[in-house]
Amino acid sequence: MASLELTDVRKVYGSAVEAVKGVNISINDGALCVLVGPSGCGKSTLLRMIAGLESITDGTVKIDSTVVNNLGPAERDIAMVFQNYALYPHMKVYDNMAYGLRNRGMPKDEIDKRVRDAAQILELTQLLERRPKELSGGQRQRVAMGRAIVRSPKVFLFDEPLSNLDAKLRGQMRVEIKNLQRQLGVTSVYVTHDQLEAMTLADILVVMNGGVVEQIGAPLDIYEKPASTFVASFIGAPPMNLVPVTADGSGLILKDGTHIGAQGLAVPTSGAVIGFRPEDLEVSAGTDTHIGGLELDLKVLGVEPVGAESYVYGIIGGERVVVRVAGRSTSQTEDHLRVIIPKEKLHLFNEAGKRI
Amino acid sequence: MASSKHVTFPNKFLPYLLLAPQLAITAVFFYWPASQAIQQSVLREDPFGLSTQFVGLANFKHVLNDANYLNSLQVTVIFSIATALIAMAFALLLAVMADKVIRGKGVYRTLLIWPYAVAPAIAGMLWLFLFNPSMGTLAYLLRSTGYNWDPLLNSDQAMVLVVAAASWKQISYNFLFFVAGLQSIPKSLIEAAAIDGAGETKRFWTIIFPLLAPTTFFLLVVNTVYAFFDTFGIIHAVTRGGPGKATETLVYKVYNDGFVNLILGDSAAQSVILMVIVIAMTAVQFRYVERKVHYG
Repeated sequence: MASLELTDVRKVYGSAVEAVKGVNISINDGALCVLVGPSGCGKSTLLRMIAGLESITDGTVKIDSTVVNNLGPAERDIAMVFQNYALYPHMKVYDNMAYGLRNRGMPKDEIDKRVRDAAQILELTQLLERRPKELSGGQRQRVAMGRAIVRSPKVFLFDEPLSNLDAKLRGQMRVEIKNLQRQLGVTSVYVTHDQLEAMTLADILVVMNGGVVEQIGAPLDIYEKPASTFVASFIGAPPMNLVPVTADGSGLILKDGTHIGAQGLAVPTSGAVIGFRPEDLEVSAGTDTHIGGLELDLKVLGVEPVGAESYVYGIIGGERVVVRVAGRSTSQTEDHLRVIIPKEKLHLFNEAGKRI
Repeated sequence: MASSKHVTFPNKFLPYLLLAPQLAITAVFFYWPASQAIQQSVLREDPFGLSTQFVGLANFKHVLNDANYLNSLQVTVIFSIATALIAMAFALLLAVMADKVIRGKGVYRTLLIWPYAVAPAIAGMLWLFLFNPSMGTLAYLLRSTGYNWDPLLNSDQAMVLVVAAASWKQISYNFLFFVAGLQSIPKSLIEAAAIDGAGETKRFWTIIFPLLAPTTFFLLVVNTVYAFFDTFGIIHAVTRGGPGKATETLVYKVYNDGFVNLILGDSAAQSVILMVIVIAMTAVQFRYVERKVHYG
């Protein structure tokens, strides 16, 4: 158990390609930190730098206030779960889990005890004598977890461990990983490109884009107060609706020229982007004016019923948006709806995409 | 449907037609000569080739009681084991080293594969030129260090020379397969082992080498067969089986007895025995060695 601290960590490939551009993250003992972002955002590179599989161009990585920059992967006391599990195909499940302990010269009966304990926790006891190719995807995933937990390392590293599983199993394993991590209380870093996984697992969520950290915080804080349009559109499904506007003295002007009342919003005249979550729109039947809200006209393009809720796709001021309504929607294509965004649910971003 | 094992041909004869070229080649170049050899092995011809006589297993009896034959059997065993081991060990070493090269990987690989394109007899000649006691460049250097290098008289040195030439020729081939084998090992396995605290040597012996087992096994079969049969050209060019009979392998003796000394019956009996040995050896390798091989 340990804390993990990254200070100004940079990674440059060759002489020009900067994959990670100065990242600062501090993770408390026992916390689960999720790095999320689109592919190529540097999250895996960052994880591999923590693991010691990738050299650190600049900055420091500290585990328990010890700088580990120049230590090999084995000396950092970390364990990693790989995307393809990286199980040794010629070894039985037992030996896969025991390998790291044997390499560290642990006594045989201690190894046996640890492997059996881990197998118990992960329900692998029946499978200890099998080889990886005789296991299902979910079982392999457990073995990979087992190999990490027998070592009781200071830090767990997960590199998209669930992306090779089908959707149902992924949901199950997500819960199991979370419970296991809580139970063992080991500081963990988890990389994923799946925002749902990120939201549900994280104690601290780090949203990355283009090698920089866009936002760090508790998942729901990030959901409620995204720091940029990138974060707003990456976290949440369906993503936040973003509508660019300009302002004049009397109010806001949408892309297609529609004027709407500003309702006290301080929008820079140079332009801005207003954002609102699909579930935060109110479809108004009557003519009552919502106090302190933006009232907009939505032209329906299509409706997707998914059971408990429906997604109404449409256009507001020339921008495509989506509205989530409970249950079934009676809207038809080409309908016009009057929608209201309560003022407190409105997000405002400047021209550069930063939150105002 | 792509995985269905049953293929329906529009015409009954089409499958046979498609197989015909392969069957024809096997029949003409294997079964026919092999049956000729078997037939010849039970016959004896008079010195002038005017009459042939059926002698049953007398040729086999004669061959197996011949001290020279037993000698060549021993020579073959030593030669084959040495050639296969040296060729494979060097190839593996080179493949592991070439795998570590980051810049110019392709260049290294291409250069290391070239020797395979050299014909066996030419390879033999190259080594002969380098190590011929009277005119060889390297032989001259060896001798100038005070070492008494003379493979034309010293039978151990002659063996070293043919083994060196034969394995040098095969290293490229083995290298190619080992490189491919190494590439097929996922990098994450090596990384996982590194995190698991295994140093480089340990990783090689506990992870990489076991995972190369299918390649190694395949090469073991191929190299043994190579050392038995395809090294004729090298031996012929370098030592002609000499000095004495120190480098006379089974295959070389078949040639010597049949085509040089014209003892056709004995030669045919030897080639039949050789055929049996190779079939048995391959069967044993598949039966016992392959059991220890894990395919992925």
